Amino acid sequence: MAARALIAVAVLLSGCAKDTVVLLPGPDGKAGTVVVQRGQERHVLNQPYASSSVGQEVKVLPAAEVRESYGTVLQALPSRPAAFVLYFITGTDELTPASKGDLQKVLAELKQRPSPDVVAIGHTDTVGDLLGNDRLSLQRAERMKVYLVEIGIPGERIKTAGRGKRELLVPTRDNVDEPRNRRVEINVR
Amino acid sequence: MRWTIAGILLGFAVAAGAQDAGEIKTVAGAASLERGGKKLPLSAGVPVRQGDTVVTGANGAVGITFTDNSLLSVGPNSTLVIDRYAFDSTTHKGEFDTSLRKGTLAVISGKIVKQSPDAMRVRTPTSIMGVRGTEFLVKVD
Repeated sequence: MAARALIAVAVLLSGCAKDTVVLLPGPDGKAGTVVVQRGQERHVLNQPYASSSVGQEVKVLPAAEVRESYGTVLQALPSRPAAFVLYFITGTDELTPASKGDLQKVLAELKQRPSPDVVAIGHTDTVGDLLGNDRLSLQRAERMKVYLVEIGIPGERIKTAGRGKRELLVPTRDNVDEPRNRRVEINVR
Repeated sequence: MRWTIAGILLGFAVAAGAQDAGEIKTVAGAASLERGGKKLPLSAGVPVRQGDTVVTGANGAVGITFTDNSLLSVGPNSTLVIDRYAFDSTTHKGEFDTSLRKGTLAVISGKIVKQSPDAMRVRTPTSIMGVRGTEFLVKVD
């Protein structure tokens, strides 16, 4: 109730201020939902390029028109974060041969970005005790950091963490040798 | 001993991210960051925090990547306030409130909204937007 009163006051104070909200399709072409509350007026936007303005019905704008009028702000959007998963030989911080190849994809992604930062999160399978796996998972993330520093990414741009066997990609019982759980997730942003 | 070092390293990783809500990724034209009444130089790689205000000039534009992977950008002649930002990287729970005072804003929501569909709100002088996992544009004339 208090919030509603505040909105009403905001509307009165703002006088001629006027806003427009336009929903965009995601990478899969589908749109999510934005609910616009403007005093008593409520618009639900749930299809691509649906637009809400004060005192008007929701309407769908031509895509080209939206892309043009919002060209500058759209161009300024940072690249979407990219995620990679690299796998390890059992009990070690050595990448599998296939994942060594995948490391090149991470490097290619890093080179495309003007100011990249990296988060490397290490994981283990369920063989061994909790603390040993915590240590191994962090060691794997740190090993990734060494690789990335070697190819020129500043160390302070790389964060590492180890989650041990707490976040299994493939759920297993304890003491199961599961190659898909021995991994580092690398997020390039 | 090695476990202790691992624990300390993990602690640092968490502490380093505790205050920073995200960082500037793109800058074009005139743009500045206001924090605690001071104007700070703004360039790619500069961290942003809760309470910061991003201001752009006639030819300015700024893009920010937040720690939950939300992406925000503002276009020319814009003022954007980061009112509130909290994100738990373990549970993905958080709160994200921003206000566009004027100009243009583009939003691609991140993990906070994926985890809690009502946890992100964008305000303008006349509206409040609830974001349910999506991409959208806002303009304040």
